[in-house]
Amino acid sequence: MSNFALIATLLMLMALAYHLGLTRSRAVASSRDVRLHSRPGYYGTLVALWCGLPALVIFLLWSFLAPQLIDTLVTGQLPPELVSGLGDREMQTLMRRISALADGRGVAGGGSPEELAAASHMARLQTLENIALIAVMAVLAVAGLVLARRRISPTWRARNQVERVITFALAASSAVAILTTVGIVLSMLGEALRFFSFIHPADFFFGTVWNPRFSTAGSSGQGEFGLLPLLWGTLMVSAIALLVAIPVGLMTAIYMSEYASPWLRSIAKPIIEILAGIPTIVYGFFALTVIGPFLSMLGDLVGINIRTTSAMTAGIAMGIMIIPFVSSLSDDIITQVPKSLRDGALGLGATKSETIRQVVLPAALPGIVGAFLLAASRAIGETMIVVLAAGNNPVLHANPFEAVSTITVTIVNQLTGDMDFASPQSLVAFALGLTLFVITLGLNVIALVVVRKYRQQYE
Amino acid sequence: MDTSTHSSASSSANSESTNARERAPSGAMSSVSVGNGENRVSKATDKVKLKAEGVNVFYGDTQAINGIDLDIYENEVLAFIGPSGCGKSTFLRCLNRMNDTIDICRVEGKITLDERDIYAPDRDVVLLRAQVGIVFQKPNPFPKSIYENIAYGPRLHGLAKRKAELDDIVESSLRRAGLWDEVKDRLDKPGTGLSGGQQQRLCIARTVAVSPDVILMDEPCSALDPIATAKVEQLIDELSESYTIVMVTHNMQQAARVADRTAFFHMGDLAEVDTTDNIFTNPQDQRTHDYITGRFG
Ligand SMILES: Nc1ncnc2c1ncn2[C@@H]1O[C@H](COP(=O)(O)OP(=O)(O)OP(=O)(O)O)[C@@H](O)[C@H]1O
Ligand SMILES: [Mg+2]
Repeated sequence: MSNFALIATLLMLMALAYHLGLTRSRAVASSRDVRLHSRPGYYGTLVALWCGLPALVIFLLWSFLAPQLIDTLVTGQLPPELVSGLGDREMQTLMRRISALADGRGVAGGGSPEELAAASHMARLQTLENIALIAVMAVLAVAGLVLARRRISPTWRARNQVERVITFALAASSAVAILTTVGIVLSMLGEALRFFSFIHPADFFFGTVWNPRFSTAGSSGQGEFGLLPLLWGTLMVSAIALLVAIPVGLMTAIYMSEYASPWLRSIAKPIIEILAGIPTIVYGFFALTVIGPFLSMLGDLVGINIRTTSAMTAGIAMGIMIIPFVSSLSDDIITQVPKSLRDGALGLGATKSETIRQVVLPAALPGIVGAFLLAASRAIGETMIVVLAAGNNPVLHANPFEAVSTITVTIVNQLTGDMDFASPQSLVAFALGLTLFVITLGLNVIALVVVRKYRQQYE
Repeated sequence: MDTSTHSSASSSANSESTNARERAPSGAMSSVSVGNGENRVSKATDKVKLKAEGVNVFYGDTQAINGIDLDIYENEVLAFIGPSGCGKSTFLRCLNRMNDTIDICRVEGKITLDERDIYAPDRDVVLLRAQVGIVFQKPNPFPKSIYENIAYGPRLHGLAKRKAELDDIVESSLRRAGLWDEVKDRLDKPGTGLSGGQQQRLCIARTVAVSPDVILMDEPCSALDPIATAKVEQLIDELSESYTIVMVTHNMQQAARVADRTAFFHMGDLAEVDTTDNIFTNPQDQRTHDYITGRFG
């Protein structure tokens, strides 16, 4: 019986349990002529849960543990001459071949007699395990159903128990999200620490040269892993992006929230928000084919040589990308400024633009700064545009019309192609990722604190 | 509104338009008093400050004000009362064109300030609002310092040439609003940090600072406790010396305490306007009678 069929059967059994619980609780209520503590639906749900949950828990634990148990058993049975002198890798390959044979799939070379024997042993164990699982689950489900159904009585507080299960399920879902985050951070941290066992942190954080070499170039020259050129490139591109996005986005927001007619708003706002929906790779080749050539044409006009791929090209494209981000956040914040404040200024004889400049914007400022910071963290983490348009030149220089490289681009470079996760050339990606994470996290935290402070002001 | 039905014997025989007068002589005002029986003297003159003729107001397609005619005299305190949603705020906001800020709002008819049409195309709203200030129901100080709150209006209109002049305006406005002693040591603290009653007096001071002729107040005390309310009422009484005051209130005792005349609104109509005493003791309109005796609203 496949796992899918097993779960489907369990669900059908739960539906049956619900129905049984429902009818039973109705019967109890009418035969004894008393009021039940909860509505019949709750008793039905509770019986279904008793039927399904324990079996499901066993199923999950079993699916997790049983294959490992079987592997151990099969490995133990392998003839010593087959196993002797095998390394970790070869052992894994062998087990993979055996389990492929056990599943009835063929393997290259057809499999030696020893392998075939082990495979049939494994197949037997698997059948046994499957039958045992079905039996255990069936017993649990039926027992849960019967016991819970028998417990139905007017005093059984079914509603409260169902509520508790729901609360628990919700909490468990949140826990998954939180644990995943923690897991990601921890694994990054672990790998980054491994990297720092090759390269001293000071050389990484304060190094001014980025020249990692290839991991295959021999262990003698380890290359140089200076973060600063990348960090500088990231900051330069992001700064250009913000210089583009903040004025345009903010003015768009002011126009949309204060001046545009409802009709214009209903048309223009979705169009602006479409900008946010364009895949970043599209911005990337827009930068490459339109912005870059345009800039270098401008350069020709004034007689300087501007490359098509540069910090400027990538920054402008990225700025366009985050315009809707800035404008819709600022728009929300500006609209949140209470009408009474505007009325106060208008009532004193301020004009509309005076009201906006002198009262509305100052009142909204903390929130708008929050929006800027969120946009900045977005820019710093952006990858695709810079991969295509920034020119990938990890050198420390101050000219925005020169090619640069950023942290994100370098991570892509270090993790594409052949790689060996034991070499600093690949591991550096984790150190870079961690740096990026800390920067954006910091910006987000500051932004959230600022925005929250702003909220309090009017609540 | 039929003004002739309840025009009272006017003391001002030299007035040209005696038939349009709805006002009791100031003397009668102070002798007959309602509410807590406190005596106040009307400072009203005979000059018509604001005049509304056939004013209709629409929100989109629904009409909120139906053809209102009303004269408001210089330095009088006029109260608007009436059930919720009857259009008091709407009409009040017409008087300094605050309704312009509501997109769907449309005003018809004529309103004049000192005999000049305030809705004329060449009329400058900015100057109008400097002349006719407004205080709202909910105190709405700017998120700036107390000083900056008061200084905002004078700066806007260039009323002070030097810092010292501005300081003077701030001080005198705060004094007029009875707030100076409470805040003089913390002028640089945010205005939003004051108590509700103080905030409302700050807003009044802010309005006073641009030295308007008329002050409109929309339920200025509805968010305040009785002590703060008493302070604001006393302030209104003092301000009426130099300003024309039009206030909306739901509190009939308050109208009785501070207003020279009271206008009763009902479903977009101006049902009746008369001296406060007459409105409360001898209303001519059945709707007014029902309202003040608590039969509806
Ligand atoms: N911004 C608006 N848009 C649409 N209709 C409005 C608007 N403001 C007020 N109205 C309508 O106009 C009518 C009069 O409202 P108004 O606020 O003037 O009443 P009010 O007498 O001040 O009431 P209250 O005593 O409750 O403050 C009401 O029917 C109200 O629903
Ligand atoms: Mg109102």
